[in-house]
Amino acid sequence: MSGKSLSSNNIGGIGGLYHWLFQDTMEGLRRRRALLGYLFLLPTLLGIFIFTAGPIFVSFGLSLYRWNIFKPPDFIALDNFERLLADRRVIVGLGNTLKFTVLAVASQVSLGLILALAVHRINRIWLRYYFRTAYFLPLLMSGASVAVFMGYIFHKEFGPLNYYLTLLGLPQIPWLTNSDLVMISIAIISAWRNLGFTFLIFLGGLANLSQEVLDAADVDGAQGLRRLWSVVIPLLSPQILFATVTGVIGALQVFDEPYIMTRGGPGNASRTLVMVMYEHAFKDIEFGYGSAIAIVVFLMILAMSAVQMWLWRNRVFYQ
Amino acid sequence: MASNATRMPGDISAAEHRRQILSHQLGRWVPLFILAVMSVVILAPIMWTISTSLRSGVDSFTVPPKWLPTDLAVENYAKVFETVPFARQILNSAIITWGTVLGQLITAALAGYAFARLEFKGRDLLFWVVLATMMIPIQATVIPVFILIRNLGLYDTYWSLILPATPTAFGAFLLRQYYLTIPIELEESALIDGANQWQLFRQVYLPLVKPGLAVLAILSFNFHWNEFFRPLIFLQHENYPITIGIFQLQGYMMTGSISVVLAGVVVSLVPVIIIFLFGQRYLIEGIMRGAIKG
Repeated sequence: MSGKSLSSNNIGGIGGLYHWLFQDTMEGLRRRRALLGYLFLLPTLLGIFIFTAGPIFVSFGLSLYRWNIFKPPDFIALDNFERLLADRRVIVGLGNTLKFTVLAVASQVSLGLILALAVHRINRIWLRYYFRTAYFLPLLMSGASVAVFMGYIFHKEFGPLNYYLTLLGLPQIPWLTNSDLVMISIAIISAWRNLGFTFLIFLGGLANLSQEVLDAADVDGAQGLRRLWSVVIPLLSPQILFATVTGVIGALQVFDEPYIMTRGGPGNASRTLVMVMYEHAFKDIEFGYGSAIAIVVFLMILAMSAVQMWLWRNRVFYQ
Repeated sequence: MASNATRMPGDISAAEHRRQILSHQLGRWVPLFILAVMSVVILAPIMWTISTSLRSGVDSFTVPPKWLPTDLAVENYAKVFETVPFARQILNSAIITWGTVLGQLITAALAGYAFARLEFKGRDLLFWVVLATMMIPIQATVIPVFILIRNLGLYDTYWSLILPATPTAFGAFLLRQYYLTIPIELEESALIDGANQWQLFRQVYLPLVKPGLAVLAILSFNFHWNEFFRPLIFLQHENYPITIGIFQLQGYMMTGSISVVLAGVVVSLVPVIIIFLFGQRYLIEGIMRGAIKG
């Protein structure tokens, strides 16, 4: 400690603090910058603590209570989770969500990859621009608006889709009214919207492919599909993993499309886990049981995010 | 390999030559064909929505479907505003969305700067904590936040959506990346010129991260304009945004004209189309940055 800080102690109080902070030395500058750092972070840290980090712990806590608005909360330990295991709607909702996730993610990743590979081969700028624009556009639309117009397009009797299919000699397909088909239809509609995302990821990946490796492949005589399968696709594996993980995280939260198009029907055939949570928490006002379902959703997403973080830490995406 | 290398081009048999040309042509036209078909599959529903929104009621579900907006039944658009309080809902969406975007720009510009350019104890730990909260989905926190918002007396107000969405881990992270690209020499010369810490932030750094602010603003606008789940929980009746408006329209019009519903959908897409036309570059950059780099 130098004489300077001693003398500032001698002044004391507010004046001392002022001097401590604003003294015209490197030390003072460092203090001012550190203080500014805390001040600048304060809104974000406080906000995240109040609206995200804190609530996640409260959610865990609430899941151990029976609580509806009319009675005071009642501690019931793990009873909510026991109830959840026997709840048909939860089981069906989980099944529907997983089915949707597999179908939607598989189709948006594979189609996005095919389209990106094809666009990458095109040399005419305006054509590239046209395709990129076309595939990207639906990504900006709300799930709500897509659900509304796709609901009409997939309509069994009057929808344009079935009109063209019947021209091909197919029967009218009950896309949204048959319990076996409804989740598939919603997955198709969701993939239609999210295709632009995976497409962009792969296009970016292709643009950054190492030209050296590709040249080496050319020298080795790898051509056509063989080159694609054993050189290009392995090189894109970081993007494929990323698109898959992000897709799964999004798909596990599916709510807007089935809520608007089918209200979870027919029966429970398109009821998703988040819909069941919403209904328990905000229709039946069972905050405890709703939280237990929310925790299940959270843990599934956390597992996927852990995979993503692990990939990120290992710099897989920095290729 | 060896025999291949010594063979002269003229040695290739005519049949093999034809096969090579064919496979070359296939390699060129098949991808183009797939791309063209898929672009129709993607764009056709949007075209149908626009053209049907301009059809008079009886022709809504006309067969065969008409793809070009040949009728111009603009009265459908007026009908939207009579059926649901659409003007009010547009206003609600605009206030909530702009409020959130503004809040995010301010908090993220500050936090991103602190994480990128200021040194203080615990910075890296705090950065990882903030980053980790990005893994928490909205569904996992919505019940406690709902209880909190009710207790604060903010239920069914714009604040119930704006306030919880204002702190943004993603935005702080995104802007940190932009601050990091600015050469530190600029800071040193500004300090020599006698700038204080606030001036350094406000007059040197902030103007240079404008592209990052634009990316955040556009991504955030698009996301919050399209929100459905939170408004459904935190708002009611006249405070509903446009996404719930078109959902209500669809409900009221079960037996009526779908052209009116689709007119509502088209109106809700207008800001999205504007963003698309003028901000596509920023959107794509944001998606790439958010995605590829974490």
